[in-house]
Amino acid sequence: MTTLTISPDQDSAELSRFVAGIPLAEIDVSRPSLFQSDKIGAFFERLRREDPVHYCAESSYGPYWSITRYDDIMAVDTNHKVYSSEAKLGGIAIQDMHSDQSNLELEMFIAMDQPKHDAQRKAVTPAVAPSNLLLLEPVIRERAGAILDALPVGEEIDWVKSVSVELTTMTLATLFDFPWDERARLTRWSDVTTAIPGAGIVDSFEQRREELIECAMYFKGLWDQRTDQPGGTDLISMMANSPATRDMPFLEFLGNLLLLIVGGNDTTRNSISGGVLALNRHPDQYDKLRRDPALIGSMVPEIIRWQTPLTHMRRTALEDSEIGGKRIAKGEKVVMWYLSGNRDETAIEQPEEFIIDRKNPRQHLSFGYGIHRCMGNRLAELQLRIIWEEIQKRFHFVEVVGEPERLLSNLVRGITRLPVKLHAH
Amino acid sequence: MIKVTFIASDGRTFPVEIGEGLTAREAALFNDVPGIDGDCGGQCACATCHVLVDPAWIDQVGRLAEDSMEADLLQFAEGTTAQSRLACQVKLDARLDGIVLHVPEQQY
Repeated sequence: MTTLTISPDQDSAELSRFVAGIPLAEIDVSRPSLFQSDKIGAFFERLRREDPVHYCAESSYGPYWSITRYDDIMAVDTNHKVYSSEAKLGGIAIQDMHSDQSNLELEMFIAMDQPKHDAQRKAVTPAVAPSNLLLLEPVIRERAGAILDALPVGEEIDWVKSVSVELTTMTLATLFDFPWDERARLTRWSDVTTAIPGAGIVDSFEQRREELIECAMYFKGLWDQRTDQPGGTDLISMMANSPATRDMPFLEFLGNLLLLIVGGNDTTRNSISGGVLALNRHPDQYDKLRRDPALIGSMVPEIIRWQTPLTHMRRTALEDSEIGGKRIAKGEKVVMWYLSGNRDETAIEQPEEFIIDRKNPRQHLSFGYGIHRCMGNRLAELQLRIIWEEIQKRFHFVEVVGEPERLLSNLVRGITRLPVKLHAH
Repeated sequence: MIKVTFIASDGRTFPVEIGEGLTAREAALFNDVPGIDGDCGGQCACATCHVLVDPAWIDQVGRLAEDSMEADLLQFAEGTTAQSRLACQVKLDARLDGIVLHVPEQQY
């Protein structure tokens, strides 16, 4: 493989020329550094144009197919009978699940096929159904307002730490009716769940396992307190009192809890940060928002498209099949790059632009499609809407005053630091 | 043209007309009927164009087919009944002229 060195100050034309010179067969879009440096777009652009269903024979994750166009991604995502999410076959990310024997083999319905997926998803879906979320809206709004009110105006702060993390943790705590003073535990468990041992969060699979069991025990305590107290609108009360979920085996109980914790945490956190960045890079759109705050309704899905907080989902082919004229063999790994599909000019007009009043803003791939489509999508949109309504009430300008720092990950498109200065009205 | 009446969960009615051969999803979206999202673009992939077919019309429309993608998706939607369908899968022809469709309180 060619060793790629990309300098941080390379401009986009230079980067495109550089990417154009790499032999197609040597392109490997799974390298986390490409996402951290935010250079990945130029690679996807070339694949969409020249080889939209691309085979990479060698990578740190083994051989895999990249699906880079909107329509092909939609075709894979909606064909769950051929393209499996099953954890035992590798699961839902380019990094195989259940591949390490020392790891906890969590059962979560996102990494299951029918019929088990359907039964489990159905059991927890009511917890994030729109009618329940409406009940939580005033609480989320009040707490979001309190966090924003406490921020210093005119000083440099890290938006990620001061706002994005705080707000998503707060919302999670509200959803679970989690003991307020201990809510930082939720952030910790979320980070631990997706952590790779040795990369800074946990040192070993053993430590990860211990912390997650501690998480399960903590929730078991809340669960027991709320059992037989029907009427609670928090997630734990609903699950503890629903005939479909109250008797789940341990690894399913833990797996599905973690799915709800992780699903609502990283993703929304990064969309909150991504929205600020997008508006700063498109000042005309920020002006549009100031003139008409009602545009928040269409800006929210546009933020989610523009950020694409999860870069991909992966499937495993259960039989020989064909995508975009390429033969995919049974057992092969198929990666749907949502980040690429969301920049596909054949499906989305001016995809590189952030346009807060797009005609069909909800037609994006960030939530996936088909039976595994994000079940928290309404919650994500609700949080983003409340947050932006509250920001607009208080601040004329959330000004980005330095370069964002990004997460070293090929799955979570994360912003780890975003220096900003707040300007009041 | 085919006449379609959408009835919102609060009782408001939206009588619209649409060309034959299009779907009930398009009838709603092209005429700004509130409460139908249709996120996926009409590809039976998201279940955000859920409607409850009026009992008087369900036999003409046909009920949800078991083991279909539409059924797979609708099982996770809120407030489904035996009359539930995805509007993108209801193709409007002359037999359905005058059809009445109820819009649920929320799309999922």
